[in-house]
Amino acid sequence: MDFTDGNALAGPLREIFAVDMTAATSRCAACGHAGPVATLRVYAHAPGLVARCPGCEEVVLRLVRAPDSAWLDLRGAASLRIPL
Amino acid sequence: MTPGFRGRPRSSGPKLPPGQYLTEDFPVLTAGPTPRVPVDRWEFVVTTETGQQHRWSWADLMALPAETPTVDIHCVTKWSKLGTDWVGVSLDTLLSDVETAADFAFVHSYGGYTTNLPLEDLLDGQSWIAYRYDGADLAPEHGGPARLLVPHLYFWKSAKWVRGIQLRLDDEPGFWESAGYHDYGDPWREQRYQGD
Ligand SMILES: [Zn+2]
Repeated sequence: MDFTDGNALAGPLREIFAVDMTAATSRCAACGHAGPVATLRVYAHAPGLVARCPGCEEVVLRLVRAPDSAWLDLRGAASLRIPL
Repeated sequence: MTPGFRGRPRSSGPKLPPGQYLTEDFPVLTAGPTPRVPVDRWEFVVTTETGQQHRWSWADLMALPAETPTVDIHCVTKWSKLGTDWVGVSLDTLLSDVETAADFAFVHSYGGYTTNLPLEDLLDGQSWIAYRYDGADLAPEHGGPARLLVPHLYFWKSAKWVRGIQLRLDDEPGFWESAGYHDYGDPWREQRYQGD
């Protein structure tokens, strides 16, 4: 077999999802602009948090928090570079 | 439609859906910068599942018979506002000459916002393209020059700055529906999130 199941991600992702992500560098999937997550434009008066690219205003990241779950939508981010 | 068939009885019962509180002001919720669309460049386009397009300019919209719905609105962030006054054109009027076998509507807005709902929820006096609110032209922060108004569903379905509706055979999730919010969003059944 060429692959294992997702349990192989447990350790590596635990390291990432415990850090302050605002220092990470996000790359916009629409225009390629790269910069710290802290420089995204966040629209919080909405049903969720919508973070937009300062270069092109496209959505880079969305976070919806329900009582028992969170949805993190990163389709607008080509990558996140996370300092460790 | 039989009163109470979908949701509450018309004459009795609570005025507020479960989990909602009453507000007197009109909170502005937005997921992005407010588009400024001059009415001379505004248009509304319905595209059917076969690709046929039906277009209305602002002048076309103004020439259609206007209705004056007074409706209660319910935001998924838990505020409700009762007895709001609007002027707009019924989707029954706009879709009367549109031939379609579609079951779903995918609504898109100036600025890129989208939302989805069953086509039948736009019909039978349940929705409007609204361009006046509370005796004045609809302000840009509330979706002017024109927004969709579908008051029987959570207000995120009432897309601000509406630009067009795609009629589809399949259901395509919109901006919030693809990020954890409920596909249908009936406030009386408290359908806030996926799985509710
Ligand atoms: Zn960008």
